[in-house]
Amino acid sequence: MTLATEQISDSQIVHREVVKAGDPWMHVVKAGQKFRIVDLEGNQAVDTLFYNANDTEERYSATDTIKGQGNIYLTTGSVLRSNLNNPMLTITEDTCGRHDTLGGACSAESNTVRYSIDKRHMHSCRDSFLTALSKWDYGMTKRDLSSNINFFMNVPVSPEGHLDFDDGISAPGRYVEMTAHMDTLVLVSNCPQLNNPCNGYNPTPVEMVIWEE
Amino acid sequence: MSDQKPIIWSEQLPGGAHWSGVMRRGSILRVKDLDGGANVSMLMFNLEVPSERYNMPDTLKGQKTAFLTQPNVCYSDMGRVMCSIVDDTCGWHDTIGGISDADMVKAKYGEADYQQAHNDYHKNGYDSLINELEKWGLDAKDLVPNVNLFSKIRVELDGDMTYVADNSQAGDYVDLRFEMDCIVVLATAQHPLDDSTEYAPQPIELTAMKAEPVQSDDACLRHKPENERAFYNTAIYYGEKPYDFSN
Repeated sequence: MTLATEQISDSQIVHREVVKAGDPWMHVVKAGQKFRIVDLEGNQAVDTLFYNANDTEERYSATDTIKGQGNIYLTTGSVLRSNLNNPMLTITEDTCGRHDTLGGACSAESNTVRYSIDKRHMHSCRDSFLTALSKWDYGMTKRDLSSNINFFMNVPVSPEGHLDFDDGISAPGRYVEMTAHMDTLVLVSNCPQLNNPCNGYNPTPVEMVIWEE
Repeated sequence: MSDQKPIIWSEQLPGGAHWSGVMRRGSILRVKDLDGGANVSMLMFNLEVPSERYNMPDTLKGQKTAFLTQPNVCYSDMGRVMCSIVDDTCGWHDTIGGISDADMVKAKYGEADYQQAHNDYHKNGYDSLINELEKWGLDAKDLVPNVNLFSKIRVELDGDMTYVADNSQAGDYVDLRFEMDCIVVLATAQHPLDDSTEYAPQPIELTAMKAEPVQSDDACLRHKPENERAFYNTAIYYGEKPYDFSN
């Protein structure tokens, strides 16, 4: 058992799974359950979308979330809000300190713009999302990829309006934990990006733990 | 200078209005704040394949900015340029504040329904944009993070978001040159973080004009190498020879 999950007993764990670097992951977290993401080796961006599992038209909204708390960074106490401004989950523990929700997810197309035309063929988060959506039959399409959180990613904005991707502030074993307020469908891409520091130029596995007290 | 461009049409929108229409590649939409303090929430979709749409994170990441002004461009989620900001007398357009909803407007400004207030009934950003999206077969799935023209949110070092009042003056305008055929959806409800206690959405004027062809030294095209590559992607989408960036 990793350091980060020592205080959770085996009988409390509903689901536990290591997601390899570059893989998608989709799972339902039921209302009242806790959902922990462990950055096993450090500085690994985990691109995450949330949907109401009973009506996926209701989904995580970055703008409703940051507007609701009046701050662009996510950490302990942040209420993750839907497009209908309902609380979906609350971050109840965070040993990293700060997570991004403005940076979006990488794609083949954004790779061509940000790096060079020939980077189209590198693996990307939005390709992972589309693979997951077609594999798990919820009837969702690219239109359902609205806004996302990048756990363990550092995208500072300055008062002058400058935005950048900086080196991560996470480290091996750091984790973020949320408590769900509704049955929540979680869609994750464990980011494969190799062209910027969001994964320390070395994508690594993360661990997902769903548990209840 | 841009005032000399041939005008195709012009319309005024009251505060609290919603509007949608098509802007063609090679035309300019001038959005003017008539009385100062306007907010224009905007979304854009590719007319041919509407699942391609304005993407806030891609726009910000590509240009390393959290707000928009000349010579920024708005990227789609498919790595193309939907529109370029070719002129701007305001200087800061918000990309992160989102929109108001009915509960928020009721809590801030009280209730005013149609039966009571007729067409002065209280509007909110969410219902206004949904109303226009539905006319094109689009819906809540397409209500992604939007642009708020003429509004300013400053992000403090600790991440706190501050609404900056009086960002836009009477007569300020922004010229959007469309690089793709786009469905444009607008709402003139107040900004959700507007700290005024008065329900007072402001009117705007829309003017469509013919654009000059984009030259190889275009300020928006040359603003960032990222923009050059997004223009490349846009040109080949339309089956046109892309710019040669080797010189």
